[in-house]
Amino acid sequence: MTNLLEIRDLHKRYGDVEVLKGVDCAMAQGDVISIIGSSGSGKTTMLRCINMLEDFEGGTIRIDGEEIGYDTAGGRRRRKKEKEIARQRAMTGMAFQQFNLFPHMTAAHNVMLGLVKVKGMGRDEARGLAEKWLDRVGLAERRDRYPGQLSGGQQQRVAIARAIAMNPKLMLFDEVTSALDPELVNEVLQVIKDLAADGMSMLLVTHEMRFAYEVSTRVIFMNQGRIGEEGNPREMFVKPQTERLAEFLMNSTFN
Amino acid sequence: MGYTLNFSAVWRSFDLLLQGLALSLGLAVMGIAIGCVIGLVTAFGLLSKNALLRRPAQLYVTIIRNTPILVLILFAYFALPQMGVRLGKIESFVATLAVYSGAYLAEIFRGGLLAVPRGLKEAGLAIGLRQSQIRNTIVIPLMLRNVLPSLSSTLISLFKDTSLAAAIAVPELTFEARKINVESFRVIETWIITSLLYVATCTVLAALLRRLEKRMSIPR
Repeated sequence: MTNLLEIRDLHKRYGDVEVLKGVDCAMAQGDVISIIGSSGSGKTTMLRCINMLEDFEGGTIRIDGEEIGYDTAGGRRRRKKEKEIARQRAMTGMAFQQFNLFPHMTAAHNVMLGLVKVKGMGRDEARGLAEKWLDRVGLAERRDRYPGQLSGGQQQRVAIARAIAMNPKLMLFDEVTSALDPELVNEVLQVIKDLAADGMSMLLVTHEMRFAYEVSTRVIFMNQGRIGEEGNPREMFVKPQTERLAEFLMNSTFN
Repeated sequence: MGYTLNFSAVWRSFDLLLQGLALSLGLAVMGIAIGCVIGLVTAFGLLSKNALLRRPAQLYVTIIRNTPILVLILFAYFALPQMGVRLGKIESFVATLAVYSGAYLAEIFRGGLLAVPRGLKEAGLAIGLRQSQIRNTIVIPLMLRNVLPSLSSTLISLFKDTSLAAAIAVPELTFEARKINVESFRVIETWIITSLLYVATCTVLAALLRRLEKRMSIPR
């Protein structure tokens, strides 16, 4: 069986700074993988390469066996056409630290936009699906509110509904609770837990160690552009194999 | 001074003034509408990473914004025909106003585009929208809301600039007023009424734009 996600020797640089120095990672259908590590270790960059929000200079990323972003033919590597990349981006869904809801559209319209414009769905069908997903994240009554009328936690749940409604093969979460007030964190984490329970494949960059511990099938610890350590959270958090991870965990809060 | 105001000559020709005003509005609407399209395209050009798009856009904005509009009007009407571009008075003026307003609107639109957060474009990309779809459904609608407050003063000033069409004898409000002035010698009365017509029109325009701004504002 092919892996859902396969990353091989991923390299990414910003100018002179190499932020990813050869990352390898494989993920099976239904895996929930948390990526932890200090800031600047490359975890968010790795996530953003998977849906081509960042170009990358070396290595390959495959989703369901399909090479993402680039064609390699005759030893030459070419960025795929914009239209093709857009199609590949729709294979994944992403939730952002800053929610990034479209402020001039209601919650329901935010969810509908991709369904109508990317999936070519009729407005009524899209509306139905949007309402279903907003209901699933507990926001059925807020569907006609604008983002500016919602709390941070509610906005993030709409953003997750917007991504999930597109029926992605893989969900990417980029520090989705970092911009939230502490009392709003749990409502968002609960939504992610429910998705995990439904068997959604997920890759989460997170600073919530307790959550990573509880929800992940596997944890990846990123250190200076490489994977420092990876494994089962129950083993890794209790018995870190490297000094760097031990140090990192010591300085993290488990609340 | 023994001057008594007598508006009867102006009232007799009031129809002419109203016709002139109607033409002024027509010129402004046509010129600015085309100018908006030019401005939008130019704004994207100004922000382009590609120098082949950016440089011409910068050159256009620089030249137009540093030339008095009256010079542009005279150039379009007197010099262009010598170069083989023959336009009627009205067409010539509308084209000038379009090119002139385009340069100013481009700068305003550019600012409005810069104020659209990058994360929103990324959110659009992440759900699989193409660049053109993101531009049309997210970036432009938000940019317009960003610029609406500063747009209204520019639009009003562009409307007032239509009075310069009198220089090439386009029969708009100022031109008609001058005709009445010359024929009736009622100088003060003519220009008082003409000024009031401009003021009234601009006030209505401002109110309409404020209403539009309110209607387009995002609930929060």
